Amino acid sequence: MELIKMRHVHKVYKNGVTAIHDLDLSIKKGEFVFIIGATGCGKSTLIKMLYREERPTSGQILVGGLDVAKIRNRKIYKIRRKLGVVFQDFKLLPKLTVYENVAFALEIFGLPKSEIYNKVVKVLELVGLKNKAKQYPTQLSGGEQQRVAIARAIVNGPKILICDEPTGNLDEKTSMEIMNVLEAINKLGTTIIMVTHDTEIVDKMKKRVIELDSGRILREYEEGEYVHESN
Amino acid sequence: MKVIRIVFRSIRDSFKSIIRNFSLSLASISCITITLVVVAISMTLSVNVNNLMKKVEDDVTIVAFLDEDITPERIKEIEGEIRKIPNILPGKEGIILDDKESIRQEMMKSSTTYEDIMKNWNNREDNPLKDAYHVKVESIDQMENVVKEISKIEGVHSVKNNEEMVDSLVGVFDAITKGTYIVVIALVIVTAFLIVNTIKITIFSRKREIDIMRLVGASNINIKIPFLFEGLFLGLLGSIIPIVLTTYGYSTLYSRFDGKIFGNIFTLTKPDPFIFQASGVLLLIGVIVGMIGSWRAVRKHLKI
Repeated sequence: MELIKMRHVHKVYKNGVTAIHDLDLSIKKGEFVFIIGATGCGKSTLIKMLYREERPTSGQILVGGLDVAKIRNRKIYKIRRKLGVVFQDFKLLPKLTVYENVAFALEIFGLPKSEIYNKVVKVLELVGLKNKAKQYPTQLSGGEQQRVAIARAIVNGPKILICDEPTGNLDEKTSMEIMNVLEAINKLGTTIIMVTHDTEIVDKMKKRVIELDSGRILREYEEGEYVHESN
Repeated sequence: MKVIRIVFRSIRDSFKSIIRNFSLSLASISCITITLVVVAISMTLSVNVNNLMKKVEDDVTIVAFLDEDITPERIKEIEGEIRKIPNILPGKEGIILDDKESIRQEMMKSSTTYEDIMKNWNNREDNPLKDAYHVKVESIDQMENVVKEISKIEGVHSVKNNEEMVDSLVGVFDAITKGTYIVVIALVIVTAFLIVNTIKITIFSRKREIDIMRLVGASNINIKIPFLFEGLFLGLLGSIIPIVLTTYGYSTLYSRFDGKIFGNIFTLTKPDPFIFQASGVLLLIGVIVGMIGSWRAVRKHLKI
């Protein structure tokens, strides 16, 4: 089943730069997909369009049956509720504890306290931070902060998890820890799309890889096909 | 249940953020407070002027002198005819007959000279004074018309009223009342702007929070509600001082002057129920302005 389907997608920024050029792409439910490419190849624009931070200039983008291109600003939350997003800079609220940062994503839905508690504890356990629930983001390491961000992104049980360079700020060892967490989440059935320029990680993970260049798909590798070029 | 929980959490969050962004909250609160104090003063002025105007209106009468040789039957008829004129104050007070006999008695009482002259005018025919109707109107704006109508009635000799004085008084009062209204409205608008800007700064410092809220799937309403409550509480807090000032200040003023200024000419409006109504109005203005302020500020921020 296709969870994400992009057809003839173009994205031209207001300043005239073409970021995405006639792109067709489909991603099935439960897949783990890397999007790689040099800086400025359009990989960030591509995923920004998935969670409707950017709107395509033309073409169709279906995410879980919703036409993202057509959705109005006021209704963006509908698409955001279907997916979780993780960023390079974590985007945590420094004045809230780890628990509160994760619970924040559930409180806006008006869930009862006990339900929030159960869900938050469950995801914190999944990312291995149950014992740090009462700490503040500033008291955590980068890897831990990223795991809090992942916990927040998946606490709603989204079908898709979008990761924009989640390991960009982390060292190799910590990056692999994050990748293990992501893999565990993927095994639970969540589709993961991860943008990265860290080809070593991509090499190790042996997943589907889409390589972009100047807004077009340069190459596609099926699971296990990708080999790190410097090897 | 879901909605109640969302509202409840929004209230909690709005309290938290007022405390967390204390200096900015204080700026908004003082802004509301200062405006509302001026609004309270304008309101007190306006109400008292209105009160005074009513008093003057009550006191203004038209005196219709009747012909000397008029018959008592005709006098009765005239009353009926005056009644038919629009804008006459209903009830007994509206039209009072001052017949020549009672005028004579009163004048005789006032001085011995009058007494000497008038003591022999015992019959109606001997009495050269004129019977008169004292007529009160509902609104002095249309008094002129009433005067005209009464003059047309047969048997009415002449009609008098202190029109010019009344006109100028009404003019002054009207100007004061309108002036205070304009001041109040202008102040409310200015405050709304100031609050919008203050809250905008507050919200700008919380852009990250809003971005994350949007990211995790908060709808615009979800984001707005806490800010709306924040505006409400800022308005509430901002109206405390003006309300206390109005309630205690006006009561003190009233009892200090015993309800009168410049002797008996100006009677102050009684504190009860004025201070309660005024407090209600202040609270309402504070809350509404606070809410509009934050609503507009967030809305601007949510447009992308």
